Amino acid sequence: MDNLIWIFISAMLVNNFVLAYFLGLCPFLGVSGRLETSFRLGLATTFVLLITALCSWFLNAYVLIHAPYLRLISFIVVIASTVQFIEMAIKKLSPALFKALGIFLPLITTNCAILGLAIFATNRGYGFAEGMVFALGAGAGFTLAMVLMAGLREETEIIDMPVLVRGTAMNLIIAGILSMAFMGFAGLFSST
Amino acid sequence: MAINIKDPSAVQEMMKGLWRDNPVFVQVLGMCPMLAVTNSAINALAMGLATLFVLVGSSALVSAFKNLIPKQVRISLYIVIIATFVTVIDYTLLALFPAIHKELGAFIPLIVANCMILGRQEAFAAKHTVGFAVMDAIGMSAGFLIALFALGSVREILGNGSLFGIDLFGAGFEPWVIMILPPGGFITLGLILLFFNWVTERKTRFLEQVVAAEQAKG
Repeated sequence: MDNLIWIFISAMLVNNFVLAYFLGLCPFLGVSGRLETSFRLGLATTFVLLITALCSWFLNAYVLIHAPYLRLISFIVVIASTVQFIEMAIKKLSPALFKALGIFLPLITTNCAILGLAIFATNRGYGFAEGMVFALGAGAGFTLAMVLMAGLREETEIIDMPVLVRGTAMNLIIAGILSMAFMGFAGLFSST
Repeated sequence: MAINIKDPSAVQEMMKGLWRDNPVFVQVLGMCPMLAVTNSAINALAMGLATLFVLVGSSALVSAFKNLIPKQVRISLYIVIIATFVTVIDYTLLALFPAIHKELGAFIPLIVANCMILGRQEAFAAKHTVGFAVMDAIGMSAGFLIALFALGSVREILGNGSLFGIDLFGAGFEPWVIMILPPGGFITLGLILLFFNWVTERKTRFLEQVVAAEQAKG
């Protein structure tokens, strides 16, 4: 149990997917303009991460022990079709939720955090429970980073700033400072 | 699919990736491998070359089969083609350069999720002949390589006081450790983009002045 808690905290704070591993930067820089949408995208991504963790565990346990070189190809195909499938299911079961997530769902396929999660979990040899907790932590960390970034960006819109600095350049520098702040969490592990 | 190398449009396709349509500085694509592996110049170079191989290979294959690929499933097919090339380069690096493979770790498989590669298939390779697609792929990945190398060498020089592992400043230099850690990546890329914006703006302003002067004369 202790182990699972550490995996969660590590994936969420210390080794935050966005700010320490640079995974999922496309939505992080692209969709983080509004607080509300960032939060929703974070939740949708967490959901897909959990499903991916489940699928990749299944693939690793039953299929890929026979053909390890197919790992990457099968992961990406599974992720792409899972997202497609979830999209259809949500559309059928809950049109309201589908409308709320709408454009963000297909975008999730090209989010490297999803593939990264499957690969990291495999490389570290996580079992079923560990993999699921890892996915939950990664999703929570992604949501946290998105919400923090969106909050900061909403503030910067009010500030009087040179036109040259606005846009991606400034967002990257803000992300750098956020990342520096998150490095402080590394102290959590220094004693263990 | 012979293509005359002196053909100006083919060379143009290649050159546009270097500066005008540079995938990183102008289109801001492929950020994830860009930042993660650029803590030293040699890693950046290896990542750039691996991306070059994957992009050229998959562009050639996609444009060769463009008439056979059904529209509805094209994206999935592109991804499978890209994943195949990435698997090839992954195992090749593991066999030939195990040290570099270990350094880059999970980021070699993550080339699959580099949106620049999928973007080139969709935007260019699927609509052009093999020759043009390969030229475009070479140009784009050269632009990507330059960007990676610029970021990687700046971070290694400041963060480690060395370039390609060779000490530059001697013992008196205090390395900026932050530069080789994740925040350094974000901040360096932000500053490089800022520089790029500045150069582009100076250029447009200069051109405007030239046009205004011409008009005043004529």
